[in-house]
Amino acid sequence: MASASSSSSSTNWIMESGEIPHVLAVDDSLIDRKLVEKLLRNSSCRVTTAENGLRALELLGLTNGEHSTLNGRSKVNLIITDYCMPGMTGYELLKKIKESSVMREVPVVIMSSENIPTRINKCLEEGAEMFMLKPLKESDVRELTCQLMNLGR
Amino acid sequence: MDVGQMRRQWMDYIKSMFEERFLDGQFLQLQQLQDENNPEFVFEVVSLFFDDSERILKDLSFALEQQSVDFKKVDAHVHQFKGSSASIGAQGVKNACIAFRNFCEEQNIDACRRCLLQVKQEYFVVKNKLETLLRLEQQIVAAGGSIPIMELGF
Repeated sequence: MASASSSSSSTNWIMESGEIPHVLAVDDSLIDRKLVEKLLRNSSCRVTTAENGLRALELLGLTNGEHSTLNGRSKVNLIITDYCMPGMTGYELLKKIKESSVMREVPVVIMSSENIPTRINKCLEEGAEMFMLKPLKESDVRELTCQLMNLGR
Repeated sequence: MDVGQMRRQWMDYIKSMFEERFLDGQFLQLQQLQDENNPEFVFEVVSLFFDDSERILKDLSFALEQQSVDFKKVDAHVHQFKGSSASIGAQGVKNACIAFRNFCEEQNIDACRRCLLQVKQEYFVVKNKLETLLRLEQQIVAAGGSIPIMELGF
């Protein structure tokens, strides 16, 4: 077995058995934030929500090169973000996350109410783990968290 | 009315809302998410929807009253409304928004104004019905009953 390196960025997304996933959910719609939070909580996740990309980057500690405020003590295992948001889109947020050496290993899921193949491909090519169509259903989220728990095995 | 009768009345009411396409399966998702940890979940989400919708309708009316209509802005508002109505399962409102967006793209001001009226109408009808449904739920719970679990395909 390889020696554990707890500070390596590649362990950011590997769940320890028994660990509760911590998800950062980003959406400008209050209703959708409430929904996704409940869906994730019902799938035994801890949830932090953000109403826009900038706030998400702040929470992840990616705005001014400081150490992550969230990942310091309660690391984020998954980021789920809406695509269409005013200001920074979900795609732009995805790019910023993938550009970061600290956060790039964290899986990012993009949600959208619109099923546009070019949009989906663009996100997947940029490194999004998955693309989900809104409105989200319980079965979608359950499958997502199942996959998350299985990552790294 | 006993609890059994109230539950049957609730089931008939919600069934009719589905049959008349005011609601779709997404509303059932909301009901399913409600549990002992969140017994007011549906009420809270629907209330948020009402507040949000009324704000959007005000913004839409204002945008369409302008001398020179900013169709991008109108479309952004309708997109938002389409999203929130889809999220709670308000199918009639959602469909009215889809039609509305097409006219925004065409920059057809008269059609847009007609669409706004249509969306308003759909919204106020579903709002009325949802309020009735939620009141029935409150009565059932107050009488010690539980809200029936609805599955699609009834």
